[in-house]
Amino acid sequence: MSPLAAVLADKRVVICAGAGGVGKTTVAATIALGLAAEGRRVAVVTIDPARRLAEALGLDTLGNEPSRVDTGRLGDSGLEIKGELSAMMLDSKRTFDELIARLAPDESTREQILRNRVYVHLTGAIAGSQEYAAMSKLFEIERGGDYDAVVLDTPPSRNALDFLDAPQRLLGVLSGRALRLLLAPTGYAARSASVVLAGLRRITGARLLEDLGSFFGLFGGMIDDFRERAVQVDDLLRDPRTGFLIVTSPERAALEEAIFFTGELDRAGMHRSGLIVNRVHPVDALERDSAGTAARLTPALGSALAVKVASAHADVQVLARRDAAAIGSLRCKMHGVRPVCVADRERDVHSLEDLVDLHAALFGRAPAIQPAAER
Amino acid sequence: MPGYGAMSILGKRLVVVTGKGGVGKSTVTAALGVTAAERGLRTVLVEVAGRADIREQFGDHGDEQPEPELAPRLHHVSVEPRGALEQYLRDEAPGRLIASVLARSRVFDALITATPGMAELLTIGKVWELAQRPRHKPGARIYDLVILDAPASGHAGALLGAPASFGSMAGGGPMAHQSAAIARTLRDPRSTGVIAVSTAEQMAVSETLSLREAFAEKLGIAIDAVVVNRLLSSPFTANEARAIEAAGEDPAVRSAHWLHARATNQRELLVRLERNLNGVPLTTLPFVFAGIAERAELDRLAARLGRYLP
Repeated sequence: MSPLAAVLADKRVVICAGAGGVGKTTVAATIALGLAAEGRRVAVVTIDPARRLAEALGLDTLGNEPSRVDTGRLGDSGLEIKGELSAMMLDSKRTFDELIARLAPDESTREQILRNRVYVHLTGAIAGSQEYAAMSKLFEIERGGDYDAVVLDTPPSRNALDFLDAPQRLLGVLSGRALRLLLAPTGYAARSASVVLAGLRRITGARLLEDLGSFFGLFGGMIDDFRERAVQVDDLLRDPRTGFLIVTSPERAALEEAIFFTGELDRAGMHRSGLIVNRVHPVDALERDSAGTAARLTPALGSALAVKVASAHADVQVLARRDAAAIGSLRCKMHGVRPVCVADRERDVHSLEDLVDLHAALFGRAPAIQPAAER
Repeated sequence: MPGYGAMSILGKRLVVVTGKGGVGKSTVTAALGVTAAERGLRTVLVEVAGRADIREQFGDHGDEQPEPELAPRLHHVSVEPRGALEQYLRDEAPGRLIASVLARSRVFDALITATPGMAELLTIGKVWELAQRPRHKPGARIYDLVILDAPASGHAGALLGAPASFGSMAGGGPMAHQSAAIARTLRDPRSTGVIAVSTAEQMAVSETLSLREAFAEKLGIAIDAVVVNRLLSSPFTANEARAIEAAGEDPAVRSAHWLHARATNQRELLVRLERNLNGVPLTTLPFVFAGIAERAELDRLAARLGRYLP
């Protein structure tokens, strides 16, 4: 069993986190494929997959629930799927609406909430709402019991903390104690608050405060359910059977995000299952100088082409050495954590076969790239 | 401004740089800033959510000046909502007493957390204020051009859409009025330009195309230019590539093969992107094997952007 497969063997939830543009969605899909190959029933929740990846997974006609991916034809490409793979694409607005429908005490409250301007904006594209929806969906699928494992691709937050904090932050918004106090003030608090409130009204206009007031009023009855849910989601994130896979590329900004996120995970008592450095350019330890490379290749390619190939190789090696140095410094900063390095592919994922190829690299059926320090 | 058409990117007040995560928005923002400042424009680069990546790119690790000068005429600001709010209250609140009471009140913190889009509104409000002549903040430095290193596509949409959303939510009051003014500035192509940064990768291309659609439909904002960053080019002809394909196993051959395959794949994606942009100008920046750690590399990219941007 590969190191990655071993560490994921007992996980029920795998969360792929990292900066944007590192191939997180593709890695999440591949991890799900890998777990399904081992005989598990797996659901992967992707956030915003590329069209081709969506098509590869049969996701293009999907709603907000997981549906089965046809993995039957994969046998030919050398990966037998013993379990089942389902996939879905997150629709955050719908996830919110469904949650309200489930928790609202009656039809009229539900309708009023769905129409409330504050709610409409809350569930729109604002930072944090997509993160919350992702968590909420993860929780529901895990609870539903139809799957042995759920793999979650995370939204492209600029700050990974947005994601971990999402349940607590939304709860903070919804319980909005200080604000509710002001919106319906009584007694001593009313007198001290009135100056502030008057100032507030003059700046924000009265309608916003009224809308906020009615929104929190409507939510009042549901707040305990929300609180309980936030606590449960938090517990799920800290569960030893929930593992975080940190995905990065060797680019500086992505690595910094990975290091930062690792620190936050440790601080929050959540469990890391591994570090994946995607899109690595392998170092050629034997390459010394372009003239030597050109001479070596001349018999096969002729001297003109050999010189061009040597020069291209030299360029790629500049990149490869930069990658190796970055990975070396990453290992140093993360106290020797051994990343799984995946070579940059020759093209983006177009099909299930490309995912099988990536699977081989991640789960160790293909020769792994060794970080330069180990050569 | 002599030498620029009215619609030139650098002739605008505010340029928003956005695109998929990881495509190099900060690098493009920095390069654009270098170009603008070299042409004599007093320029400020803005990062949001308290980030200062660009500042570090210029080797400035933060003395506490509010708008430090990274290079001649090129300034930097890092905006976060709480600070923007305090500034806003100092500049705009009716009376200093109310301002100071409000600024210290926990209520305003609650309002930022509780009102959807409030953090975004305060952020874009501060960006807008930087572009005002004169500035609302008395005695503040005047800029010819504000370049915003915006968050990735979806969140950038939320940021630019916040003033209009807030206006419709709040109904009336000074904040709503000001929101309307900000929304007008953002929608006015003479004042505001948007540059979408992409790479020639499948996901980035898809996101750039849907970003263009979403900005037009939801925000009424058009993309002025697309910058395709980190474009690889292959030195090999198709015949040479075939010869390389036929050559035996060798690390150099592998590099050449990878470079040619990736570059060819990128070329196809670039064509797809260009075809679907319906005439939006597209500029490319070359992949830099050694990275953009050195100022000289940034200057090279800046020179190229300066030459090819509309």
